Amino acid sequence: MHDVIIVGAGVVGAAVARELSRCRADVVVLERFEDVCCGTSKANSAIVHAGYDAPTGSLMAQLNLRGSQMMEELSRELDFPYRRNGSLVLCMSEEDRPRLERLYQRGLANGVEGLRIIGPEEIHAMEPNVSDNVVAALDVPTGAIVCPFGLTIALAENAAANGVRFQFDTTVTGFTREQEGWTVHTDKGDLSARCVVNAAGTHADQLHNMVSGQKLHIIPRRGDYYLLDKTTGGFVDHTIFQLPNKMGKGVLVTPTVHGNTLVGPTAIEQEDRDCTATTREGLDQVAEKAAVTVKNLPLRQTITSFAGLRAHEEGHEFIVDEVADAPGFFDCAGIESPGLSSSPAIGERMAGLLREKLSLEPNPDFIPTRKGILNPQGLSFQERQALIREKPAYGRVICRCEGITEGEILDAIRRPLGARSLDGVKRRTRAGMGRCQGGFCSPRVMELIARETGMDLGDVTKCGGQSRLTVGKSKEGV
Amino acid sequence: MEQRQLTCIGCPMGCPITVTMENGQIQSIEGFTCKRGETYARKEVTNPTRIVTSTVRVAGGAAPVVSVKTAQDIPKGTIFACAEALRQVVVSAPVAIGDVVLRNVAGTGVDVVATKAVAAAM
Amino acid sequence: MKQYDLVIIGGGPAGLAAAVSARDAGVENLLILERDRELGGILNQCIHNGFGLHTFQEELTGPEYAARYIDQVRQRQIPCLLDTMVLEISPDRVVTAMNRTEGLFQLQAGAVILAMGCRERPRGALNIPGTRPAGIFTAGTAQRLVNMEGYLPGRKVVILGSGDIGLIMARRMTLEGAEVQVVAELMPYSGGLKRNIVQCLDDFGIPLKLSHTVVDIRGRERLTGVTLAAVDENRRPIPGTEEDYECDTLLLSCGLIPENELSRGAGVSLSPVTSGPVVDESLETSVPGIFACGNVLHVHDLVDFVSQEAAAAGAAAARYLRGERPESAAAIPVRAKGGVRYTVPAAIHPAAMAEEQVIRFRVGDVYRSCCTAVYLDGERVWRKKRQIMAPGEMEQVTLKRADLLQRPDCREITITIEEA
Repeated sequence: MHDVIIVGAGVVGAAVARELSRCRADVVVLERFEDVCCGTSKANSAIVHAGYDAPTGSLMAQLNLRGSQMMEELSRELDFPYRRNGSLVLCMSEEDRPRLERLYQRGLANGVEGLRIIGPEEIHAMEPNVSDNVVAALDVPTGAIVCPFGLTIALAENAAANGVRFQFDTTVTGFTREQEGWTVHTDKGDLSARCVVNAAGTHADQLHNMVSGQKLHIIPRRGDYYLLDKTTGGFVDHTIFQLPNKMGKGVLVTPTVHGNTLVGPTAIEQEDRDCTATTREGLDQVAEKAAVTVKNLPLRQTITSFAGLRAHEEGHEFIVDEVADAPGFFDCAGIESPGLSSSPAIGERMAGLLREKLSLEPNPDFIPTRKGILNPQGLSFQERQALIREKPAYGRVICRCEGITEGEILDAIRRPLGARSLDGVKRRTRAGMGRCQGGFCSPRVMELIARETGMDLGDVTKCGGQSRLTVGKSKEGV
Repeated sequence: MEQRQLTCIGCPMGCPITVTMENGQIQSIEGFTCKRGETYARKEVTNPTRIVTSTVRVAGGAAPVVSVKTAQDIPKGTIFACAEALRQVVVSAPVAIGDVVLRNVAGTGVDVVATKAVAAAM
Repeated sequence: MKQYDLVIIGGGPAGLAAAVSARDAGVENLLILERDRELGGILNQCIHNGFGLHTFQEELTGPEYAARYIDQVRQRQIPCLLDTMVLEISPDRVVTAMNRTEGLFQLQAGAVILAMGCRERPRGALNIPGTRPAGIFTAGTAQRLVNMEGYLPGRKVVILGSGDIGLIMARRMTLEGAEVQVVAELMPYSGGLKRNIVQCLDDFGIPLKLSHTVVDIRGRERLTGVTLAAVDENRRPIPGTEEDYECDTLLLSCGLIPENELSRGAGVSLSPVTSGPVVDESLETSVPGIFACGNVLHVHDLVDFVSQEAAAAGAAAARYLRGERPESAAAIPVRAKGGVRYTVPAAIHPAAMAEEQVIRFRVGDVYRSCCTAVYLDGERVWRKKRQIMAPGEMEQVTLKRADLLQRPDCREITITIEEA
């Protein structure tokens, strides 16, 4: 019997796992996909929200603020890309001024530091591409951006280094309450644990409803995005928000930590909990709405468009607690935006609850730090020369658009919880994430994955499951 | 009487050419703009041929496959038979440009030759 | 830092021809830097025939055409570094590059020839809505998988874009046993050669749907289908014309983009039309001593023209290195007008031009029974009747040096299309 089974290896599951690994405990994370960070965590705005938006006094407000405060230190501990670029919430008409004022007041009440309301002149000095129609803005210096893959993978790797076991390609099908704890039924057999943590993202209500009479209802909200070429880097430096509305924080325009420009999302409610197909209407809507806040947005420089789902729960509040009528079953449910920002705090809170429940002892061997994949582009000329002399693979560029070398890709495959698919390599190294979108490097990356894992090149997938990239060798007949 | 519709490949004009045939004999050719069109149409209805290019497997080579072509054009009707025949072929490295990888492919009397050099595997 | 008279960035058809020509023009100390494992560039995966009719008067396959130039480079013992990525070129021609054996290194070049080629427009840049499963490839990536790695990307195929690579891949996949259901083309005309439409599609009964595009992509892990729709004259899908296709593979052949990240870093001015450098008659960019040729300059239709252009760049670099620079007046701009989208070169120094200067361009639409014409200021000096011109084919006009020398006050050269 395990101490804890965490269902879901998104940013929340990974954060809970990492925090829990501070304790001496037998922890298993079950993930239905082939890798960490395959659901909501991989497709979102990549923002660390400062915490002005959530209702004062809510758990959402509390965890957002705490998460935002933890993130910078965490990025140093776990070595993932993070930048405190600051946010601006734009007010585009005089009628909306009271709403901006309310947002400011709420931010103060929530404990967000450094908030100011500023006028057009100052806004344009900070961000020349903001629309000329802007009348005021909330300046949020503590707003930040993060690499969501980097964050999730770092948390998971560190958890793994501290003894947490990850089991991929495993779908949970049900739970049975036992004398002491729970049996977790999966398509790969049964497991049992004293406690279960439900971190199943858009499916968290389904898992919850299997064990509880107090039903949850998650309505996935899809967000479509455009990602622009790095040549647009610097189009904006701050994250440019619109005034929030009841469907969310509107369409934002933001730099990414890697220097691209990200534009989106929409907020389209849908039945399907997994379908992240973009639509023409959605993409057109993003373009239209972004044009309200910024001028001359270079959408022609789009290198990809994508969509992600937010796990919106009807109550619009984070649920991070033990389920009242299912002792030992803990929910992390309704983790929509600002979920990414809050994830370190969600992990902290959930680990605290479990520590108490299971009377866990501290893990004396806990390693708080983790080294990310070495990025040779951050080295000096001499350091890089020395690195290649020692490890020649760092001298061979595989992804020409992002300048990613064989050395980095090998590191991504070989490290604990290493990449096994093209997308796994992409999320860890950015190979294939540039302007040619893997056109040149994907055959090369496939070769490296095949060579390193011992699988046939024909079995290499884009993202696990049935996503094989080829259907066989040529000349084999069809 | 049988009519064949062709598109001339001589230039971007792509003249639509109609060839009228009777008992295998050309009765008339219409629709071409220049002499090239007529010549093309005549050949295309009487003896259409193609160069076929493909790859074959390589054993012990620095590359898994090597590109090949028919040394001359072969009857259009034998393209698939040629492709089929190449499935079975495995050549041993090293391979040089012009090496015959398959003689008399699909009974056409034409050989298939390598179009690229492949060194032996290290 | 090692010194070279000439460093050529890229060992594809352009880089090879430029190297041969520069050496023959007397440049002794030169170096080719190639990022791939072998010389030849994209020709190595273009195993079909049809290359070299202009250059060698015979029809070669891509690898054979490349081999001819590789042999010439070897005969001249021109040094090459393979598997070597150039990371940066500075405006004063310091080239920073990297490979496994030499590590990170810098070279000082007297002159640089940019010959990096182009890349394909990916799905993301086309903004096709839908899911993002495995099974969507640019035609060139699929070509590499089949022709060089020996793997079949899929069995049931839809192709978007009727560029030549897409057409060639329709035939290639068919011969490997895949079923190519349809080729859809957004424009009302094909971007490919007529010969390829006949021999790659018609020969195999593959339909070409003009004025059609992909409006939806389905499948979570592997592609399961796409939806095609007809488009109106503004290239917007027409509701009600949607048609579903079951397929496991979507190949994209929707345009090529010159790869000018290094050029931009060197401060080279780029044309918004071609996405390639703006060059003069010597194929010299806005940065002195940096030349460009081949598909990094503008996308060509035939490799023979790449070789010709690259040879001119090699010779021009040699002249530059000998210090033969036109001291005289500023360059005369070449203007593209009336359906001519751009010209290469975009400016001409009369003192530096050859007796006859070829000016290459592409047109923006299909033109029938018209003329191409060259004007020096208001005066027409050249005119040629053309049965047809199409965007898929590169066009050219010839400018005579004598015509310019007779008009020393000429301020503008105009290339245009006019009624016959």
